[in-house]
Amino acid sequence: MRYIEPHGHMVSRVTDDYIDMATAGCQAVCEPAFWAGFDRSSVQGFYDYFCQLTEHEPKRAAKFGLRHYTWLCINPKESEDTKLAEEVVSIIPKFLDRPTVLGIGEIGLNKNSKNEIKVLEWHIDLAARQDQLILVHTPHLEDKLKGTRLIIDALKSDRRIKPERVIIDHVEEHTIKLVLDAGFWAGMTLYPESKCTPARAIDMIEVYGHERLWMNSACDWGVSVPLAVPRTGLEMKKRGHAEQAIDRMIYQNPVQFMSQCPKFTLA
Amino acid sequence: MTRQQVLDLYFMDTRCKLIDLAAFLDRIDRAEGEADFRLNAFRQALKELDGKEPQRAKQVLLAFSDPTTKPIAKATTKAACGAFKEVEG
Repeated sequence: MRYIEPHGHMVSRVTDDYIDMATAGCQAVCEPAFWAGFDRSSVQGFYDYFCQLTEHEPKRAAKFGLRHYTWLCINPKESEDTKLAEEVVSIIPKFLDRPTVLGIGEIGLNKNSKNEIKVLEWHIDLAARQDQLILVHTPHLEDKLKGTRLIIDALKSDRRIKPERVIIDHVEEHTIKLVLDAGFWAGMTLYPESKCTPARAIDMIEVYGHERLWMNSACDWGVSVPLAVPRTGLEMKKRGHAEQAIDRMIYQNPVQFMSQCPKFTLA
Repeated sequence: MTRQQVLDLYFMDTRCKLIDLAAFLDRIDRAEGEADFRLNAFRQALKELDGKEPQRAKQVLLAFSDPTTKPIAKATTKAACGAFKEVEG
């Protein structure tokens, strides 16, 4: 079963995860910049992280035949400090020409604060000026609905942004329609305890169809499963989905979205 | 899938989750002290399971969600707790 992992935080994972993913049919892994589980103390910390994402991690993945792509930003959990955020946003352009950078992400909101929105708008402006794809993180749990609405408002208010070049991730049953109806791509994150289970993700595919939708494990340093995508492919099979429909959901759709960036190739 | 196939595939797993849910409520009852706002939110969300309306998963998620629309002044924590707590005053 071939598949793409369109959202995995591999810097937090062990080498065995790469082996397992390659063995399961993974063709490429895409890693958005995110929160390390603690706040970085300076812009230099982000500079080093962006070097790790664009230099070291692609080499680590290549040892197992996997292509590794990345997205850059300061994540919303560190956006309350706007002075630091401004400094970090200012160094991102230095990295955008690197061969494995697909765009700006995962930007978005966490607690839906005014400063988080300000930093989100800076990122949207940067993406628009540099003609970059955008990957958006939506808030957790009780904050998701409100945050998703605020994010859609921020994206829609910038007329330079084309919805088909934006994926809004971590949708659930109460937000997926908002995202798809606004013309954006939607990502479903397969987590054991939060976001959505494989069964619920497949429910949403059956209700909303296969257009502009992908699934990811978002595996990181928390409770997460690096093989969640192929396991969900297997569950789709058990539920009678055709091989072609499974391939579209776990391989063709992420390829279609990310191929909007000419640097994305599986050749 | 037919309803029979859905039952064949998911009944045992969902039965297990239902018993877990019941055991959680029993555990809460046996425990001492006051519960916080999450228990009320949980009981409100439970009512959605018994409804005849479709989209129960969506309704449960909405029951836990912050219904407000304006950004908050400042993020004082990074974490979410799973249920919306209305701020008094």
